[in-house]
Amino acid sequence: METVFNKVRKSAPKAALLMAVAAGAMLQGCSSTESSEAAALVSGVAGDAASKVYVAPGQHDELYTFMSGGFSGQVAVYGVPSGRLLKVVPVFSQNPENGYGYNEETKAMLNTSFGFVPWDDLHHPKLSRAAGMTDGRWLFVNANNTPRVARLDLKTFETAEILEIPNSAGNHCSPYPTNDNEYVLAGTRFSVPINVEGDGKYEDVNFDEYKEKFRGSISFIKVDKEHGDMDLDFQILVPGFDYDLANGGKGPSSDWVFFTTYNTEQANTLKEIGASQNDKDYLAAINWKLAVKYAKEGKAKEMPAYYYHNKLDEKSHIAKSEIKKTVRILRPEDCPGLMYLIPVPKSPHGIDVDPTGEYMVVSGKLASVIPVHSFSKMLKTIEKKDFIGNVGGIPILRYESVLQGEVKEPGLGPLHTEFDDKGNAYSSMFVSSEIVKWTLKDLQVKDRIPVYYSVGHLVIPGGDTKKPYGKYLIAMNKITKDRYLPTGPELAQSAQLIDISGEKMKLLLDFPTIGEPHYAQAIEAKKIAPNSVKMYSLEENSHPYAAKNEKEARVERKGNEVHVYMTAIRSHLTPDNIEGINVGDEVYFHVTNLEQDWDVPHGFAIMGNNNAELLVMPGATQTLKWVPQRAGIIPMYCTDFCSALHQEMQGYIKVSPKGSKVPLAFSTGAKKPKA
Amino acid sequence: MKTVSRLLMFLAAISIGLLFLFPMWKILVQAPQYPEGLQMHIWINKISGNTDYTLQNFNILNHYIGMEKIEPDSFKELTYMPYIVVFFIISGVLIALLNLKRLVLPWVALLMVAGGAGLLDFYMWLHKFGTNLDPNAPIKIPGMTYIPPFLGGKDLLNFHAVSLPGAGSIGIALAVILGLGVYFLERNREPQRIKTLA
Ligand SMILES: [Cu+2]
Repeated sequence: METVFNKVRKSAPKAALLMAVAAGAMLQGCSSTESSEAAALVSGVAGDAASKVYVAPGQHDELYTFMSGGFSGQVAVYGVPSGRLLKVVPVFSQNPENGYGYNEETKAMLNTSFGFVPWDDLHHPKLSRAAGMTDGRWLFVNANNTPRVARLDLKTFETAEILEIPNSAGNHCSPYPTNDNEYVLAGTRFSVPINVEGDGKYEDVNFDEYKEKFRGSISFIKVDKEHGDMDLDFQILVPGFDYDLANGGKGPSSDWVFFTTYNTEQANTLKEIGASQNDKDYLAAINWKLAVKYAKEGKAKEMPAYYYHNKLDEKSHIAKSEIKKTVRILRPEDCPGLMYLIPVPKSPHGIDVDPTGEYMVVSGKLASVIPVHSFSKMLKTIEKKDFIGNVGGIPILRYESVLQGEVKEPGLGPLHTEFDDKGNAYSSMFVSSEIVKWTLKDLQVKDRIPVYYSVGHLVIPGGDTKKPYGKYLIAMNKITKDRYLPTGPELAQSAQLIDISGEKMKLLLDFPTIGEPHYAQAIEAKKIAPNSVKMYSLEENSHPYAAKNEKEARVERKGNEVHVYMTAIRSHLTPDNIEGINVGDEVYFHVTNLEQDWDVPHGFAIMGNNNAELLVMPGATQTLKWVPQRAGIIPMYCTDFCSALHQEMQGYIKVSPKGSKVPLAFSTGAKKPKA
Repeated sequence: MKTVSRLLMFLAAISIGLLFLFPMWKILVQAPQYPEGLQMHIWINKISGNTDYTLQNFNILNHYIGMEKIEPDSFKELTYMPYIVVFFIISGVLIALLNLKRLVLPWVALLMVAGGAGLLDFYMWLHKFGTNLDPNAPIKIPGMTYIPPFLGGKDLLNFHAVSLPGAGSIGIALAVILGLGVYFLERNREPQRIKTLA
């Protein structure tokens, strides 16, 4: 009976869509003159675009897209093809909306060796892998500014872990997960003095010592197969260049990972000129399997370091920080065959390996061609020792020997390339604001489409895996003048959805994004949705301050610390009258949400608190710290519209002047909970 | 009794055992806020739901209208009903094993009475819950009671409630049908045997 009901309910919107589209076509036919202006504005948009991106109310999107929030420090989840924002997940930034980084449980997530860093610049989301394909378990993201790598759990869409990266500065070419998720690799953008001899913290160097003292590092983060927990296994000390992007091989090149470099000139000032002198920079090719082998054999030396590792406990939801004081370091000069440098035109940016694992496409923002290197040629060049020199013992391969060919006149400012399932490559052109489609077979340009404007990364779902889902391409743009209504000096950055299923690319949709949509990864919803957690088990809640039923609700004083064990359920808080709190007390509200139902969080806020709110998920406990500043009656309430009686979900706290002897008391209704 | 009858009688007794494997009654409610629905399962010895938390969620919803909390521990029926069921299973099996033909009809009749009593109890329970409302309930609608449907569907405020027997009840129905079948089978056979004897 239920299923029949659901069937009817689900098919109804489809019928409505057909009617809406038909009606739209008729209206257009009637007023062709009026619509000509609009038609000109949307030129390049596929005629049937609206129906292709229309996801009827109650229907689900085909794909989840995880977009970096750039300088917002968050990850935004969008549905594709609708472009609807599904969720914002705070990672490196405090988020008052749900108390992340404000409440006592999650503050520790943002601890670093620099102290509490409540913001970062999040650039690259990467989905976990199994056999070279995305598996929908975790999302790894980098913090560009204060080097960190975070892991998001896609069962809950929450940040589960943040690992600080020592000996790194500007964790930009990061994170890259290997094909079976054995490791996540992270490279430094800025080379810095790496003090491997001293205490790992400080070395007194001058800027003009760049060439001798500054080094880069590539970190090998081991990932636990079952739980995803990260652990910094070792680092490779690499030449003191700037490292830009990373991408790994697949199939035959599975053991290799590639990093683009710039500033091979090793300039330390006015880099826009200093780092743009060499006609060629390098693609660093590292045999990561060999690196792991060398590290296992004891070639990695333990060095002092100082960095934080913050993890959220799955059952208590409390994050704990651990300080690590050593790191193992591998030097390429001690490890033959570990690393090679492949020349690439001036200041390369993106490095992308095609689905077969044979071609390495290196786009350079200052280059006029897109060089395509061949993996098999690279192996032959290495075998023949066809080197043109070395950097600190790392061989430089001959450009012409590794090169498969160049894509001529692709456009201005090629940045990134993604691949479809039919042997085509799509490169973003930052300067000429377009996307160019070309084929790997003959390196000829086949199609181009304008984007609005200054496109950076682009993404094809699974476009960096063995088998791309070649239906859509998403362009991530920096500038949107003329695309949206003005919103003051700053306009939204945007993403554009392009249909790549046919010969010609077709623009389907624009949608604004939070922060900067730097890079994204997309995955079929069916790989994630079935594992989604609907609530936390109250029974399994191991938070030490949890009150698992109203009888356990209470208030306790320890010196000037007061702990309130509070429960929230539709539609009341227990206790909801509290007295005996004095000005200056450190009051901790440990709020347990007793609900065991989907989508019923309760919020908690206190008037005048110098903090954020709590948003407590069903079955979870979270703690809000409050230090009352003045005496009086202070209200508290639930912020999440939880039920018809949500407004009534409130209470009072009586705050007495400092030093008052008012005894602690608390109650809910006439029956007071047991003290 | 013939072997077939004894076998059927045995099956009748055993099929009551379904009550231990499946709920005897199900109440489903659906509301705009609960598109996936909530299902309460009433068993011979417990009350549960389609999830571990259904009962808690039923109670949360019910408290708005001042309905008493449904707590399985407060139903004494749930403690003694399993014994009654076990009694019927054992007695039925004994009737089959010991070939107690004349006890077949009384057994079926007693089972029907017990089943009827169960239904009556269930009806009264629904009535009690639907009408015994806290006078201080947040939502009060004059003249409104919230007796869930005994059998079939009914709209209660924003909820559509459906009440249907569960697979456990099929066990009783099966037992009654099989039991009656045995009775009639044996009764039809009797005159023939007398004839042949004569
Ligand atoms: Cu609430």
